[in-house]
Amino acid sequence: MSNEKKMIYLDNAATTAVKPEVLTHMMPYLQEYYGNPSSIYSFAGVSTKAVDEARDTVAEFLGAKGKEIYFTSGGSESDNWAIKSAAAANKNKGNHIITSAIEHHAVLHTCSYLEKNGFEVSYIGVDENGVIKMNELKEAIRPTTTLISVMFANNEIGTIQPIKEIGALAKENGILFHTDAVQAYGHVPINVNELNIDMLSASGHKIHGPKGVGILYIKDSVRIGPFIHGGSQERNRRAGTHNVPGIVGFAKATEIAAKTMAENAVKLMALRDYTIDRMLQEVPYARLNGHRTKRLPNNTNFCFRFIEGESLLIMLDNKGICASSGSACTSGSLDPSHVLLAIGLPHEIAHGSLRLTLSEETTKEDLDYVIDAVKVIVERLRSMSPLYEDFVKGQKAE
Amino acid sequence: MYSEKVMDHFEHPRNVGEIEGASGVGTVGNAKCGDIMRIYLDIDENQVIQDCKFKTFGCGAAVATSSMATELVKGKSIQEALEVTNVAVMEALDGLPPVKIHCSLLAEEAIHAALWNYAEKNHIEIKGLKKPKTDIHEDDHKSDDDRDVVAYD
Repeated sequence: MSNEKKMIYLDNAATTAVKPEVLTHMMPYLQEYYGNPSSIYSFAGVSTKAVDEARDTVAEFLGAKGKEIYFTSGGSESDNWAIKSAAAANKNKGNHIITSAIEHHAVLHTCSYLEKNGFEVSYIGVDENGVIKMNELKEAIRPTTTLISVMFANNEIGTIQPIKEIGALAKENGILFHTDAVQAYGHVPINVNELNIDMLSASGHKIHGPKGVGILYIKDSVRIGPFIHGGSQERNRRAGTHNVPGIVGFAKATEIAAKTMAENAVKLMALRDYTIDRMLQEVPYARLNGHRTKRLPNNTNFCFRFIEGESLLIMLDNKGICASSGSACTSGSLDPSHVLLAIGLPHEIAHGSLRLTLSEETTKEDLDYVIDAVKVIVERLRSMSPLYEDFVKGQKAE
Repeated sequence: MYSEKVMDHFEHPRNVGEIEGASGVGTVGNAKCGDIMRIYLDIDENQVIQDCKFKTFGCGAAVATSSMATELVKGKSIQEALEVTNVAVMEALDGLPPVKIHCSLLAEEAIHAALWNYAEKNHIEIKGLKKPKTDIHEDDHKSDDDRDVVAYD
């Protein structure tokens, strides 16, 4: 049973494979054109030009200007930069930040760091589908609020937030609006001007680009200082020698996403909905986490009552299936996902979650194999579960 | 992350199930932490554990430690069973990752809870056995502060 060579990768929200075209595009900048873009000689000019073009590609994709795109080491750095620097830049105006209860830890832990340093943070709740409570958000605004940071789409349950409404609310109140778009970028259309986004974080490796590169979009009217000090790169705002291969790879992945996003979304949503329907119909006591329709095209997230997620993952791994339970970043912690608790699930149900995130490589046959495997494994784990035993006995007693 | 022994006991757990009319049943753990273990003991008139079964809701380590604990106490007298500590369970499994050590404590606690239940039913005292700290059978809604089993490590 465990000797099959088969591997089905359904953890594309954790990371993705670099596309061959992306790698081909990156290669010359590793060996041939290794010059430092900050150098004066013409050899380095090739690298400079590549970075500038990459910047324009990304800017175009977001409806932004080239000078508003800053290359970073990835989503976590971008989130840290946006939040810490915006808080610091506006501390004379106020010390209050608003975010949501279901952010990635790159946002949540940054906020708790700021709380230890004199800032006040409001964590806005979400409804049972993971959509932010707009009334709560409106009520949380104070005269001292300087920043709202709400993710574009959730990394665990895939729910897409009402970004346009939040952007409008922030603008109305003269508050900066940052969005962690790491999961949404390249998957759903984003226009920073239409959505009133002041700052946006994105990452390369979630869109079949390389790891270790990301961007922070900073609207040109937004005044925040650097986060990484020590050089004049990125218009004096982000020190550090440019990761040229990473940057061109990020841009290439963006360019491909721009061309294929709409078509892929149709295909992925069909597969996503097929998976959701089959799972809910065929696995007893299963529930879908996240919004049924306002969700990322490639995200599914389920809870199977009476079982625990890690056991499920190990058994899926034995069948060559790569998946995750809650956020991969929280593995090693004993607490269930903060996102699943925030949508109102009790602990024992939150422990039994499974996230399957698709890519354009995913086929219906893959999903059938996975769903069939899940059915067998869930049944097996339930046969071992004292919670299930109690449930069945309770039912008989009634 | 897990040793081969742990994987073996997770994939092929020994003694899964229930014992009808068991001499002693103990359930420990906390759904909040994601681990609940239930141990059934069949103890004969000479106070020897004839059979032992378990059911566990939890991670790979929780299943493996339950499985190993049942193996270790089977055939032992109740006094000998008391000496099956979490360290013994861990050693028998060739170790556990540090974050999973609490699972072995839970396994020890589950055995103790089942023995306690047996002692209470038979109105006897088992030397050295203390009232188990977590038995969700009796108290389903422990407060956060009562996560004592996990607090050991």
